[in-house]
Amino acid sequence: MDTFVQLTLNGLTLGSVYALIALGYSLVYGILKLLNFAHGDVFMVGSFIGFGVLQLLGGATDPVLPLWPLLIVITVSAMAGCAVLGVVIERFAYRPLRDAPRIAPLISALGVSFFLAYSMQVLFGAEQRDYDAFSLDNGKLFLSGFDIGNVRVPLLRIVIIVAAFLLMIVLWLLVTRTRTGKAMKATSYDREAAAMMGIDIDRVIVVAFVLGSALAGAAGVLFALRAPTFPAIGFLAGLKGFTAAVIGGIGSVPGAMAGGLILGFAEAYTQGYISTKWSDLLVFVILIGFMIFRPQGLFGRPDIKKV
Amino acid sequence: MSGFDHDDRHQQGSPSEPQPGARKASEAEAPTSPAVGRDEWVARHGERRARRGGVLGTLEERLAVVPWWVWLTLFVAAACTVPLFSESGYVRRVAFDTVVFMLLALGLNVVVGWGGLLDLGYVAFFGIGAYAYALLASDKYDIHVPTIALIPLVALIGGIAGWLVGLPSRRLTGDYLAIVTLFFFQVFLTATNNGDDVFGRNLTNGPNGILDVDVFSFFGWSLPRVTSTGQFSVRYLYVALAIFGLVYVALRLLNDSRTGRAWRSLREDALAAEVMGMPVNTLKLMAFAFGASVAALTGSVAAALNGSVFPQNFEFPLLITVYTMVILGGAGSQVGVVLGAIIVSVLLEVLREPGDARGLFYLVILLALVGVFRPSLRLAIVLGGTAVLGFVAHLVAGRVDDAWTAGVAEDSGRIAGWVSDWVIVPTQLAGWVPAVSYVTLIALALGLTLVEGWRRVALLIPTLYLAAFVWENVLLDAPESTRYVVLGGLLVAMMIARPQGLLGEKRVEIV
Repeated sequence: MDTFVQLTLNGLTLGSVYALIALGYSLVYGILKLLNFAHGDVFMVGSFIGFGVLQLLGGATDPVLPLWPLLIVITVSAMAGCAVLGVVIERFAYRPLRDAPRIAPLISALGVSFFLAYSMQVLFGAEQRDYDAFSLDNGKLFLSGFDIGNVRVPLLRIVIIVAAFLLMIVLWLLVTRTRTGKAMKATSYDREAAAMMGIDIDRVIVVAFVLGSALAGAAGVLFALRAPTFPAIGFLAGLKGFTAAVIGGIGSVPGAMAGGLILGFAEAYTQGYISTKWSDLLVFVILIGFMIFRPQGLFGRPDIKKV
Repeated sequence: MSGFDHDDRHQQGSPSEPQPGARKASEAEAPTSPAVGRDEWVARHGERRARRGGVLGTLEERLAVVPWWVWLTLFVAAACTVPLFSESGYVRRVAFDTVVFMLLALGLNVVVGWGGLLDLGYVAFFGIGAYAYALLASDKYDIHVPTIALIPLVALIGGIAGWLVGLPSRRLTGDYLAIVTLFFFQVFLTATNNGDDVFGRNLTNGPNGILDVDVFSFFGWSLPRVTSTGQFSVRYLYVALAIFGLVYVALRLLNDSRTGRAWRSLREDALAAEVMGMPVNTLKLMAFAFGASVAALTGSVAAALNGSVFPQNFEFPLLITVYTMVILGGAGSQVGVVLGAIIVSVLLEVLREPGDARGLFYLVILLALVGVFRPSLRLAIVLGGTAVLGFVAHLVAGRVDDAWTAGVAEDSGRIAGWVSDWVIVPTQLAGWVPAVSYVTLIALALGLTLVEGWRRVALLIPTLYLAAFVWENVLLDAPESTRYVVLGGLLVAMMIARPQGLLGEKRVEIV
C-alpha cells in the first residue's frame, strides 16, 4: 500500500510536468497542425534560465529573496524567457514555411531543436546542473509536508503539483473564456475561414506559441527543482510531452492534462512494479496502441479529411 | 514553329484515318498546343528549365546527354583512387566514413525524398543492421554466419523491421508517423543500452557493446581491418564503394519502375494517389522497408570495419547528420543526396580541427558575401567596414587592457596570426560574455533578415565582427558541439532559403 501511494505520488508529480509540456504541443498543433519538435528544447532552455536566475539571485545556499518570492521570480523569468524564445522560433523558423509542403516545417523544427540543444552545450557544457533545492531555506521544501500512511509527502511535490494545475487552470480559462481563446478555437477549426471572419491569424499563432512556450518554461523550472538538468534533456522530455498530447487527443487542452497524468502514472507504476529500465518501452506500447486503435486520442475529435 | 508544322500535317490527314504516329509526335513535341488533362505550367517545366542560355546552358545540355551510369562509374572509379593520393590512414578512414554516409543518405532518400514520409527512426535501422551483423558474426553467441550470406540476411532483417515499424503508419499520416518512428528510435536505444539485463539474461552486453565482431570474409578470403603497419585497411573502402554502386543502381532502377512513379505520386498528394487506385499503404510500407534495408546493410559494413558495436554509435546526432545530408543535397535526387553526404561528411571533419575550421569559417563568410552582393560598392563597404571596425576595436581593447587582446588564437591554421591582430580574444572570458555575445549574434543575424537595403549593409558590419568574435572565443572552444550547432542552423536555413536543396527538383504545388 505504501509503495502504491508513493508511486501514485511520483506519477502525479511527473504527470503534471508532462501535462504542462503536452499543452504546448497541443496548442501549437491544434492551430498550425505543426509538430513543434523544438518544444522539448524550449523546456530545457526554461530549466536553464531558472538555474541562471537562481545563481544571479545568490544561489540556493544564500538567496537574496525569501523562499516563495524566489520561486515565483525564477518561474516567471523562465516563462518570460521561453515565451520570447517561442515567438522568435515561430517568426523565423516556421512562419516563412507556413505554405510549404508539410514536411518542410517539420524538418525546420528538427533543425531548431538540434540548434538549441547544442547551443546550450556550447555555452554551458554538457554537464548536469542542479538547482540544489534542498539548500533553499534549510531544506524546507523537502523536510516539511504531511504524511499519507507511512509515506511522506514533501512540500516540494505539493508545490510542483499545485503550480502545474494552477497554470493549467489559467490556460483553460484563457482558452475558453476570452476573445483570444475563441479566436484560437476558430483558427484551429478552419484557418482560412477564420481569417475571412477578420481574425488576425498571425496574432493567434503568436499567442499560441507564447502560451505554450511559457508553460514549457514553467515545466522546466518545476522539473529541475527535483532533478538536475542538462542540454540533452529536451529530447526525451519533448518525446514524452508529445506522447501525452497524442494520448489525450492532440489539440485538446483537457486531453493534454489527462494524457500527461496517464503517462506519468504509467511510468511511475512500471518503474515501481516492473523495472526502471523498461518504462520507455511501455510508454511506446501505449502510444502505438493509441495510434492504432484511437488515433484521435481520449478527448480529440476524429480527423476527417475534407477534399 | 515545329509544333505548328505538326499541327498542319495533322489537319491534312483524313479524320477517318487518323495517323497514330503523327498524332503521337505532335503531342510529344508540341508543348505549346493545349492538351486535355495536362497542366500547362507543369508541362512546360522542363522547357523553361532548359532555356538557360549562355555557355553554361550549352554545357549543361551536353552533359545531360551522357547517361547516368557513365557518371556513376566515373565517380566510383575516382573514389577508388583516393588512396593513391594520400597515404594517411586518417584520410582513407574519412573516405570510408563518407561512403557509409552516402549509403545512409541514399536509403533515407527513399523514405523522405521519394516516399515523402518523415522517418525519424532511420538511424535505428542502421543500428539494427549493425547489431544483427554483430550478433550473427561474433563470439557473443559463437555464431559465425559466412559474410556472403549474412549481408543479404541483414538487409532482409532491416527490411522486415522497417515494414513492422511502418505498420502503424497505415492509419497515420505525416506528423504521427514522425513521432512513432522517433519513439521507436528511443526504444531501440533503451533496448540496446539495457540489453545486458533482459529478465536476467545478457543479450547485447548493454552499453559495453559487442566486441570482436568478425571481419568480412568472402570464400575463405578474409579482409583484415588494419594493414600490417596498423593503418586503416583500404580494402574496406573498396567493399563499401562496391556496395554503394550496387545500391545506387538498384535504387535508381527502382525509382524508374512503376513503384518509383507510384511513390512520387504518393509524395505529391497521397489522397489523390489513393483515389487513382494506388495501394497507398503498401507503397508507404515498401518505402519504409527499402530505406530500412539500405540502412541495415550499411550497418553491417560499419560493424565489420569497426569490429564492435555500441549503443552510443547510433544516437540522435547521427540522425540529424543524415537528414542534413539529404536536405542539403536535395531530397529526391540521388546525385543530390550523395553530394550532400560528401559535403556534410567533409564539413564535420574539417570542423573537428580548430585551425581548419577557422579557415573554413572565413572562407564561407567571404564567399557568401560575394554571392549575395556580387562585386559591387556594397561589398567593398561591408568588407572594408568590417575590417576597419575590427582593427579599431582591437586597438581600443588593447589600449584599455593588454589582457583583452592577449588571448592566443588557437594555435594552428594559416590565418591565425592575422586573425589574432583583428579579433578581440581575451585571455580569460568573463562568465557572462559567451552567452550574451552568442545570443546577441543570433538576434543580429535574425534581425538582418528583417531589414532591407542600406540598413542591412550597416547592420551587417557589426554582425560580421561579432560573428568572428563568437567564433573565435566561444565556438572554437567546443568543436564537438559546434559541429552540430552548424548542422542544426544549416537545416533551418536550407528549409527556408532553398527547400529543394542543392540539386533537388523544385516541388511544383498544383492546386
